[in-house]
Amino acid sequence: MTSLPASTDKALGLVIDLDTCVGCHACVVNCKEWNTGGYGAPLGDIDPYGAEPVGAWLNRIHTFEVSPDDAPASIVHFPKSCLHCSDAPCVTVCPTGASYKRSDDGIVLVDESMCIGCGLCAWACPYGAREMDPVENVMKKCTLCVDRIYNDNIPEEDRVPACVRTCPAGARHFGDFSDPQSDVSQLVAERGGFDLMPEMGTAPVNKYLPPRPKTKPDSGAERRIEPEAAKADGFLGWLDQALEKLG
Amino acid sequence: MGGDRHDVDLSPHVSDEIRKTTCYMCACRCGINVHLRTGENGQPKIRYIEGNRDHPINKGVLCAKGSAGIMQHYSPARLKKPLLRTGERGRGEFKEIEWEEALSLATDWLGEVRERDPRKLAFFTGRDQSQSLTGWWAQQFGTPNFAAHGGFCSVNMAAGGIYTFGGAFWEFGAPDWDKTELFMIFGVAEDHDSNPIKMGLGKLKARGVKVVGINPVRTGYNAIADEWVGITPGTDGLFILSLVHELVRAGKVDVDYLLRYTNAPWLVIDDEGRADHGLFARNDDGEALVYDRQAKACASYKQVGTSAALKGEVTLPDGRKARPAFERLAEKYCADDYAPDAVSERTGVPAAQIRRLAAEIAEAAFDKEIVVDQPWTDMKGERHERMIGRPVSFHAMRGISAHSNGFQTCRALHLLQILVGSIDCPGGFRFKPPYPRPIDGQPKPHGGSKPSEPLPGPHLGFLRGPEELLLQDDGVTPQRIDKAFSWDAPMSSHGLMHMVISNAHAGDPYPVDVLFMYMANMSWNSSMNSGGVMKMLEAKDDDGNYKIPKIIYSDSYESEMVAYADLVLPDTTYLERHDCISLLDRPISEPEALADSLRWPVVDPATQGEGRDVRGFQSVLLDLGGRLNLPGMVDGDGKHLYKDYADYMVNHQRRPGVGPLAGWRGKDGEKNGRGEPNSDQIQRYIDNGGFFEAHVPEEAQYFKHANKAWTDWAIEMGLQDGPVENVFQLYLEPLRKFQLAAEGHGDRQPPDTHRERIKRCFDPLPIWYPPFEGEGLDEEEFPFHALTQRPAAMYHSWGSQNAWLRQIHGSNPLYVPGAICDQAGLEDGDWAWVTSHHGKIKVPVRRMEAVNGKTMWTWNAIGKRPGAWNLDNDAPEARKGFLLNHLIHELLPPKSDGLRWSNSDPITGQAAWFDLRVKIEKAPPEDHPVSQPQFEPQKDNLKKPADSLAYGHEWEIKT
Amino acid sequence: MHPAISVIFFTVTSGAGFGFIAMIGAGVPLPQGLAAAFFLPLLAGGLAVAGLVSSTFHLGHPERAWRAFSQWRSSWLSREGVMAVLTLCLFGLYTLIWMITGDRLLWLGLIIALGALLTVYTTAMIYAQLKTVPHWHTALTPLCYLGFSLACGHLLATTFGPSGGSGAVGVAVLAILIAWGLKLAWWNRAAATNLAAAGSTPESATGLGSMGKVRLLESPHSGENYLTREMVHVIGRKHAAKLRRIALLLGGALPLVITLAVWIFAMSPGWLIVAFAGLLAGLFVERWLFFAEAEHAVSLYYGGGQK
Ligand SMILES: Nc1nc2c(c(=O)[nH]1)N[C@H]1C(S)=C(S)[C@@H](COP(=O)(O)OP(=O)(O)OC[C@H]3O[C@@H](n4cnc5c(=O)[nH]c(N)nc54)[C@H](O)[C@@H]3O)O[C@H]1N2
Ligand SMILES: Nc1nc2c(c(=O)[nH]1)N[C@H]1C(S)=C(S)[C@@H](COP(=O)(O)OP(=O)(O)OC[C@H]3O[C@@H](n4cnc5c(=O)[nH]c(N)nc54)[C@H](O)[C@@H]3O)O[C@H]1N2
Ligand code: SF4
Ligand code: SF4
Ligand code: SF4
Ligand code: SF4
Ligand code: SF4
Ligand SMILES: [Mo]
Repeated sequence: MTSLPASTDKALGLVIDLDTCVGCHACVVNCKEWNTGGYGAPLGDIDPYGAEPVGAWLNRIHTFEVSPDDAPASIVHFPKSCLHCSDAPCVTVCPTGASYKRSDDGIVLVDESMCIGCGLCAWACPYGAREMDPVENVMKKCTLCVDRIYNDNIPEEDRVPACVRTCPAGARHFGDFSDPQSDVSQLVAERGGFDLMPEMGTAPVNKYLPPRPKTKPDSGAERRIEPEAAKADGFLGWLDQALEKLG
Repeated sequence: MGGDRHDVDLSPHVSDEIRKTTCYMCACRCGINVHLRTGENGQPKIRYIEGNRDHPINKGVLCAKGSAGIMQHYSPARLKKPLLRTGERGRGEFKEIEWEEALSLATDWLGEVRERDPRKLAFFTGRDQSQSLTGWWAQQFGTPNFAAHGGFCSVNMAAGGIYTFGGAFWEFGAPDWDKTELFMIFGVAEDHDSNPIKMGLGKLKARGVKVVGINPVRTGYNAIADEWVGITPGTDGLFILSLVHELVRAGKVDVDYLLRYTNAPWLVIDDEGRADHGLFARNDDGEALVYDRQAKACASYKQVGTSAALKGEVTLPDGRKARPAFERLAEKYCADDYAPDAVSERTGVPAAQIRRLAAEIAEAAFDKEIVVDQPWTDMKGERHERMIGRPVSFHAMRGISAHSNGFQTCRALHLLQILVGSIDCPGGFRFKPPYPRPIDGQPKPHGGSKPSEPLPGPHLGFLRGPEELLLQDDGVTPQRIDKAFSWDAPMSSHGLMHMVISNAHAGDPYPVDVLFMYMANMSWNSSMNSGGVMKMLEAKDDDGNYKIPKIIYSDSYESEMVAYADLVLPDTTYLERHDCISLLDRPISEPEALADSLRWPVVDPATQGEGRDVRGFQSVLLDLGGRLNLPGMVDGDGKHLYKDYADYMVNHQRRPGVGPLAGWRGKDGEKNGRGEPNSDQIQRYIDNGGFFEAHVPEEAQYFKHANKAWTDWAIEMGLQDGPVENVFQLYLEPLRKFQLAAEGHGDRQPPDTHRERIKRCFDPLPIWYPPFEGEGLDEEEFPFHALTQRPAAMYHSWGSQNAWLRQIHGSNPLYVPGAICDQAGLEDGDWAWVTSHHGKIKVPVRRMEAVNGKTMWTWNAIGKRPGAWNLDNDAPEARKGFLLNHLIHELLPPKSDGLRWSNSDPITGQAAWFDLRVKIEKAPPEDHPVSQPQFEPQKDNLKKPADSLAYGHEWEIKT
Repeated sequence: MHPAISVIFFTVTSGAGFGFIAMIGAGVPLPQGLAAAFFLPLLAGGLAVAGLVSSTFHLGHPERAWRAFSQWRSSWLSREGVMAVLTLCLFGLYTLIWMITGDRLLWLGLIIALGALLTVYTTAMIYAQLKTVPHWHTALTPLCYLGFSLACGHLLATTFGPSGGSGAVGVAVLAILIAWGLKLAWWNRAAATNLAAAGSTPESATGLGSMGKVRLLESPHSGENYLTREMVHVIGRKHAAKLRRIALLLGGALPLVITLAVWIFAMSPGWLIVAFAGLLAGLFVERWLFFAEAEHAVSLYYGGGQK
C-alpha cells in the first residue's frame, strides 16, 4: 500500500564507505546475477549484443572527480542503489500500491505483479534508484536482498545482501540503523556518515562514509630524515657506529 | 500497516545443487560456488555464482567479472565445433568439421615438422594456466620455440624479483596486510591478485593504515590511496632511488638484516679494465668472500660467526683490490644525481614529497618495529627468540615493469625493500609458497633441438651469464624464433611472445611451418601494431603461399584471432572442463598457506547449448601428443597413456611422488605434497571445495629465505628436493658478466651493435635510464605519454562478449589532462587524432584532472574488430572503442644507423607498452564519428544472438 | 525529462477535453437539439478519453491500469484516474439526460465542472508534487494547467456557442490572455529555478562538497540507461528559446488575433476553430518544452549541474 508506515520495527540498510570503495563494480554485477534469478526475476537486457545494449540494474557505480582549490584533484567511486528512504516519495506517488515500504524492516519494495509500469516512482526518486525493466516493463529496484536476508535455504552467515557479501574491499556494510549499537550505526557515528541530498527530505536509511582527508604533496615540506649523529664522514661514518652496535 | 498485505516469499528456493570450482574470468583463480538449478529445458542451468568463503584466495568475495560468469558461459560467441578455413585468412570464413578430421589434420602437420625440424613449430600460449603441461608437451615435441605470454606481460617484475630475492610481487608474494603500518603501491590498476589486493586494501582501511599510490593516474586503488604520487611514466626508478638516497644518507637501513640475508658484504673486485672487474671475489670453491673485521681477513660468506665489513678497501690474498658491494651501493646512491632536488623535475614529484615519504618509510620501518614472539632457527643454525618486523610494505606491477627500463626499476624497488629489512618479515612483504625460489632453485633455459627428439630440458629459466645464452653455432644468431636468451634480450626468462609473428613473418632468424597458439588474441589486443600483425598473418610469398604456412589455434570464443587460423580447435568454457592450478605452474597460495586447486566440469557441455561439440584444450593436446607418439604420452606400444587431462592430473608424475596436484596423494589420499598417485584425488578435491590447502607451520611463517623450518617443510611438501640457498642479490653479478662481455671480455661476444646498450643498461646495481621510445624521438614532437589501464570489470578482450560487462565498458574514451585539453581546444565528447612515431588513431576524448599532466590514458582492450565476438557490426566496441596498440610498434624508431631495436627491455625482452609517446590534435567535427582505424567486419559463423535477454525468468518467484 | 509523445498528447488533449466538459457542465450557452447534445459532449468526452487512452500507451502494463484507481488516498496519479473516471461517468449521465430530455441539469453540471477541474488539477499535481523536478514543483503548475484547460474549453464552447455571443468571445480573449500570462509567470520562475537554486548540486548529491568541486568522470555504464533516457534529456538553450517563441506564436498570438478579430469585426465564429487549432498546436509545443526543459535531480549523478 502506498501510504508509508508511521514507523518501522527495524531500519535495515547499507553503509557505503567512500574511503574504501575502489569502484570495481563487483557489487553491481553480483546484484544483477542474484536478482535476475531471485525476487525480481528476471532483470532484463535488450539489444544485449548489439549497438545499444541497455539493461535493468539495481546498483550502479559512478565515478566522480573532486577538485579542491589547493590540492590535486582526486577520484571518488560512488556506488548507488536504493537508500530505502524513511520518507520515500517513490512510495506515495505510486497509483497502484505496487510500491511499498515494509513496516517490519523498512525495506522499500515493488510488488511487480501489481506494477503498471507508469514510471512515476522513478520520477519521484531523486537518486535514480529505480529502473524500468526493458523486457518486463515493470519497475525494478534494490530489494535489499529481502530474499536472502531471511532465507532459511542459505547458510546463516550468507544472509546478507549479495552486494555486501561480494564486495572485495569490504566497503559495504549491512545492518539495522534503528539499533544504535549495531555496527552500521557505530560506523556512521564514528566516521561521520551522511545522507545524500538531504534537501529532498527523503530521510534515507542508507548512509555514506566520507573519504578520509588526503595528504597533499607539499604537506610536511620540512620533514626529512637526518643522520642520527651528523658525522664528518657522513653515511660511512655512521655505518661504523652501526656495525659496532651489532658487535 | 503499510505493506503488510503484500506476500513476499522471504525464503525462496535458491538452487538444486552447489558445485564448487575455480573461477576463470581472470587469472586470479578465486574459489566459486556455482549454484545450479533446473532450467526450462530440464537441464541444469546456472542460477548464481558466489565466492567460496573457505577458499584461500578470495575468502568468499567475488569480483564483477566472476559474477558475470553466467553470461560468459552462455555467451553467443562460444565456438561450437572444430573449424577449417575456407576463405582467405582474416575473413572469418570456415566450415565446421568433425573432431577426428581436425585431429588427424593437426597430427599430419605437426608430425611432418617433428620429423624434419622441430624448430619449425612455434607453440605459444597466452594467459595459460597449464604451462607445466604445455611446456612439457613442447619439450617432448622437441621444439625450442615455446613460451607463454609472460614476455609481453610482466617478466620484468618476475625476473627482477627472482634474480634479486627469489620472489616477486605478482603471484609470488603479498604485503602483510594484517601487520603493515605503511603501504606503497606502484603502477597497479588490477594485477592478477585482483581480489586479494582489494581485500588487503580493505583491511588497511579498516585499520586506518596509510596507503600511498604511485601512479600517473588516480583511479581505482590510487583513488582510495591516502596520498597520491602522480609520477611521470617511466621515471619510477629515479623516484625510488631518490628514496634510497634519503634512507642511505640518513643511515635508515637495517644493517643486521643486510649482513644476514644479502650480498651487501660480498667483496667486489676492483680491477679496472680486466675480465674480473666488478665480479665477486671468490675462494677456490667459488664461494664469494667477505672481509671479517674481527679476524681481519677474508672469509667465505658462508662461514658462520664472521663480522663482515660493509665498507673499506680490502687487498685480496692474490693482491687484487676489492670492496664490499655495500660500499659501492652507498656511494652510488648517496651521490647528488639521486637527491630529491635532482630528480624532482624528471619524475614530476616535488622534492619535499620525496623527502617526507622517505621519512615516513623510515618511521614505519624502524619506529614502528613489530616483534612477534615466535622463536625460529635460521639456515646457519642460529636460533632467534622472536621475529622482528619492519612494517612497511610495497606492491608493484606493470606500471613499473612494462617499460624498457623496467627490470632495473623493479630491482630498485626490491633494493629499497631489502635496505629497510622488509622482505618476509612481519609487516613487510611476504612470500607465497612455493616461493622463495631463488635462481639457484630455478632451471636454466634449454635449447638445442633434434628431429624426432625431445628437448634436453625445459625451455624457460634463469641464466647466469653469456655462456648460457641460447645461440646458434655462430655465437650470435638466436636459437629461438622469439630471440629469447639471445643478445637482444639475454635474461628473457619468459620468452618474447610479442615478437613471434613478426619474426616468423620476416623469417628471422628462420621461417616456421606451423604456428600453434592457445588462448591469446594475437591479431588484436595482445599484439603491438595490431594492424601490421594482421597483415603479417595474411602475407604471402611470391608463390602465393602464406608466409606463415599453417596456423592452428585454440580458443573458446569467436575472437579476432580465430579469423586468422587455418584450423580452430574449440575449447570449452571454464565450467565445462578439468583444469589444474598447479604448484608446478602459477601457484595460488597465500602467504600463510600452500594451495592448489582444480576446475572440473560442473556442467556437461552437451547440455549447455545446441550442437555444442567442444573439447578441453589440454585433453586435446594430450590426444595430439599420443597421436604424435611423444615420449611420456604413450607407452611402449604407442598406446595413449592418458585418457584425458583429468587422467593426467592424477597420474602424471614430474618427479617421483610429485605431480600436478599436491593434495591427497598416496594410495588412500593420506599424503600431501609427495606421494604416489591416488585415483580418488580429484573427488577429494571436489569434496573439499575444489582446492587443497596446507598451512605453513608457525615457525616458518616469516624469513622463509633463511628459515630452517620453512626449508624442512618445503622439502617435505615436495616444493624442493633439498635446501636452496637464498642470499638477496643487491649487486647482481650476472648483469656484470654481460657488461664484461660488452666490454670485450670472454669468448662469447655480443654483436658490436649491442655493446653500448649492454654496457649502459646492465648495471649490476639498480639504475635508471630514460625509456627508449622517448629517447629515440623528438620529445617536442611527441610530448605526451599514453597508457592503458585494466578496468576492474573487464578482462582483456574476452569480457566484451559478456552481455552484462559490456554494458559497463562498451566503449572507451581517451582521458586527457585538462591543461592539454585547453591547449588543443578539446572538450568532453570531442574526437581527437592521436599520433605516435608509428601510427595514428581517432578517438573520443574526455577531460580529466586527476592525472599526471603529461599523461593521457584509456581502458585496455575495449575496442573490437567489427563482427568479432558475435557482436553487431555497429557495436560501440567497434565504432567508438579503440586500441592504443595501433600506436605501439614492436620495433623502436630507427636509429641513425637504420637499426631498429625491439620495443622491449634490453635485459628481459619485456614489451615496453608504457613507453609510448604521442601528440594529440582535435579532429574536425562529424555527424557520426567512428574511431579509426576501422577494419573490414569479420565474418560470423555463429547463430545470431537474441535481441533481448531475460535470464532467470523461469525462476520468477510467484506471489 | 524525456518528452514522451503519449504524455504530451495526454496532458494537452485531456486538458482541453476536461476544460470543455467543465464549460458544458457550468452551463455555458450551447445550441439546442439532439445533434448538439450528442456531438458536443462527444467532442469533449472524446478529447478527454483520447488523452487518457494515450496515457496508457505510456504504461508498461496497460492491462493492469485498473489497479491505478486504488491509491487515491495518497497518490495524485491514482486520484487523477479516479477523478477522470468519476467525472466522465457523471458526464455520460448528464449527456444522456440532455439527449433524452433536452435539459442540461445545472446542479449535476456544476458537480461535473468541479470534477473536471479537479481532474485537471490532479493531472497537474502529478508533476507539481515532484520535488525532484524544481521547474514543476510550484503552485503555478496546476494554475497553468487549469488556465490552459479553461482557455481551451472556453474557446471550444464559444466556437460552438450561439453565434454573436460577443461577450463570450471577449471572455475567450481574456482566458487565453490569462492562461499565457500564467505560463509566462511559470517560465519566468523557471528561469530562476533550477536544481542549484533548490539546493541540489553535484556536491549535495554526492555529499562530497566539503572536499571540492564535484564533476562526473565516468558514468556507471558506457551506454545509455533507463534513467538517462527518461530523466537526463538535455535540450539546447537556443533551441528551447525558439520553441518557446513558436509556442507563443501558435498558441498565444494566433488564437488571440483570430479571437480578437472575431470579437471586434464580428467575423464568423467558425474562425474560432482555427484559433483553437492554433492554441492546441501551441500547447503541444509548450508541453514538449514542459518536459524537455525540466531538469531532474538524477541528472546530478550523470553530469548535470556541474559548474
Ligand atoms: N595496449 C596494451 N596492450 C596490451 C597490454 C596493455 O597493457 N596495453 N597488456 C598486455 C598483456 S599484459 C597481456 S597478458 C595481453 C593479454 O592479451 P590476450 O592474452 O590476448 O588476452 P585476451 O584478450 O583475454 O585473449 C585471450 C584469448 O583467449 C580466449 N579464451 C578465453 N577463455 C578461454 C578458454 O577457456 N580457452 C581457450 N582456449 N581460450 C580462451 C579469448 O577468447 C581470447 O581470444 O595483452 C597485452 N596487450
Ligand atoms: N580486471 C582485470 N584484471 C586483470 C587483467 C584484466 O584484463 N582485467 N589482466 C591481468 C593481466 S594479464 C595482467 S598482466 C595484470 C596487470 O595488472 P596491472 O599491473 O595492474 O596492469 P595495468 O592495468 O596495465 O596497470 C598498469 C598501471 O600502471 C600505471 N602506470 C603506467 N605507467 C606507469 C609508470 O611509469 N609508473 C607508475 N608508477 N605507474 C604507471 C597505469 O596507470 C596503471 O594504473 O592484470 C591482470 N588482471
Ligand atoms: S564491490 Fe565494493 S569496492 Fe567494488 S564497487 Fe562495489 S562497493 Fe565499491
Ligand atoms: S532511494 Fe529512491 S527508490 Fe529508494 S526509497 Fe528512496 S526515493 Fe524510493
Ligand atoms: S511504475 Fe509501478 S511501482 Fe512505480 S509508480 Fe508506477 S505502478 Fe507504482
Ligand atoms: S542489497 Fe541486494 S538488491 Fe540491493 S543493491 Fe545490494 S545486491 Fe542489489
Ligand atoms: S578476480 Fe574475479 S574474475 Fe578473477 S578469478 Fe577472482 S572472481 Fe574470477
Ligand atoms: Mo598480462
